[in-house]
Amino acid sequence: MRPIVITLLTLITLISTGCTNQTSESASEIILATTTSTEDSGLLDKLIPMFEEEHNINVKTIAVGTGQALAMGEKGEADVLLTHAPEAEEELVESEDVINRKRVMYNDFIIIGPQEDPANIHGETLGDAMEKIYETSSAFTSRGDDSGTHKKELTLWESANRSPFNESWYDETGQGMGSTLQVGVEREAYLLTDRATYLAHKENFDDIVIHVEGDERLFNIYHVMQVNDEKHSHVNGTEAQLFVEFMVSTPVQAVVEEFGIDLYGQSLFIPYTE
Amino acid sequence: MDLFIEGINQAIQMIITGDREIFDITATTLRVSFTAILISTIIGLPLGIVLGLTTFPGRRLILTFVNIGMGLPPVVAGLYITMLLWRSGPLGQFGFLYTIEAIIMAQILVSLPIIIGLTSSAFQQLDHKMLLQIKALGATRFQTVTLLLKETKLAIFAAIMAGLGRVLAEVGAAMMVGGNLKGETRILTTAMVMEVSKGNFEIAIAFSFILMTLAFIITFILTSLQQRKENV
Repeated sequence: MRPIVITLLTLITLISTGCTNQTSESASEIILATTTSTEDSGLLDKLIPMFEEEHNINVKTIAVGTGQALAMGEKGEADVLLTHAPEAEEELVESEDVINRKRVMYNDFIIIGPQEDPANIHGETLGDAMEKIYETSSAFTSRGDDSGTHKKELTLWESANRSPFNESWYDETGQGMGSTLQVGVEREAYLLTDRATYLAHKENFDDIVIHVEGDERLFNIYHVMQVNDEKHSHVNGTEAQLFVEFMVSTPVQAVVEEFGIDLYGQSLFIPYTE
Repeated sequence: MDLFIEGINQAIQMIITGDREIFDITATTLRVSFTAILISTIIGLPLGIVLGLTTFPGRRLILTFVNIGMGLPPVVAGLYITMLLWRSGPLGQFGFLYTIEAIIMAQILVSLPIIIGLTSSAFQQLDHKMLLQIKALGATRFQTVTLLLKETKLAIFAAIMAGLGRVLAEVGAAMMVGGNLKGETRILTTAMVMEVSKGNFEIAIAFSFILMTLAFIITFILTSLQQRKENV
């Protein structure tokens, strides 16, 4: 038996020494709960190192749907949130679970679908498009995961006075935007997505086009906010506040404005502070 | 098929160019898997031996739980450990959530029952006459266990390999308790899930290629050790 144990031990020592120089143990760290779209787009990969260098605070980015991110804030499991569901966020502001909420940026939602356009919605207004998808029972793929995008989709159905949630042509994936996009494309369905995710995936499929865009109800506004450390004792309030201020600072806004132009020829997010 | 070849090309390129990120992710994967399996073996082997050799009240119940544990869905392990490690949870003050240690805990939870279960069934299969004979020859308890370990070597290696396979393949729990943090808790499987959701299929395939290669090398070494003839 001894040889394996020795082999394993040697391997572990080798490996452990090989990667202990990961992140230098800084004095403090914060947990940032955010949406999958900011992480998947690569924006946070650019911003977080800037913050860590500036303040020597280690940021743990947990990319989940907005619903889960807000729930983490409500429980005090995260220190700072970056989400895009203004109405749900306001509830947390009111319950004093989060404080210091600030607008950061926006991008927009779009409705995409197969080029053949079975419901004939191309170029229609947002309301008519939702109506037509419902009337023609065209395949529609929803995230169904309580994320910001899902919440937005629900308000669109609501304002069209339709509830397709039990229809056979309406699918809920319960997954992130990227995975949902892939399911939707495979099923030749319409779906609501944010432009950043769509652009990141675009090269993987040919016959999917943007059918509806530009309506102001499709604006996708991101807010940053810190979890209230007076209500939740474990929260690192000071560090969280630094992060909020960082996100709305001029240099960060400049990075946001530039981000994506080199890859997609257009900005993925547009600075939008108050 | 093009995508697959592209993925393999990408993997080879990333390895040759010494991509820092891929090195980190691979090292973290190995570190997590080996630590988890080492701890599982250190704890599981003695427990398996005791369960396999002795009889005591409640043993059958424990064995039932061990056998259920062998099929424990990793996501369940992940969920329970997450709740345990939350800041507001019982172990919250240690700040383990979203660390390597949390993933190791989850991996131990899914691999420990496999090691205990397979070890105990190996020891249960030992011939009772042999046990009597060892005792009759006056072996000390330590000598007895050493002899029996030699006898069950094949099965124990199989147990370790099964556990390691489970740990290397695990993704759900690692995602939940580790948070897939770049440079910290990102392992090959969670990185693959992330790259797929980003639409970067060729990077995901590259990761899969590295993972499979690792699995092959490790299993090959263990199999050789298992099949090695005792030259005593």
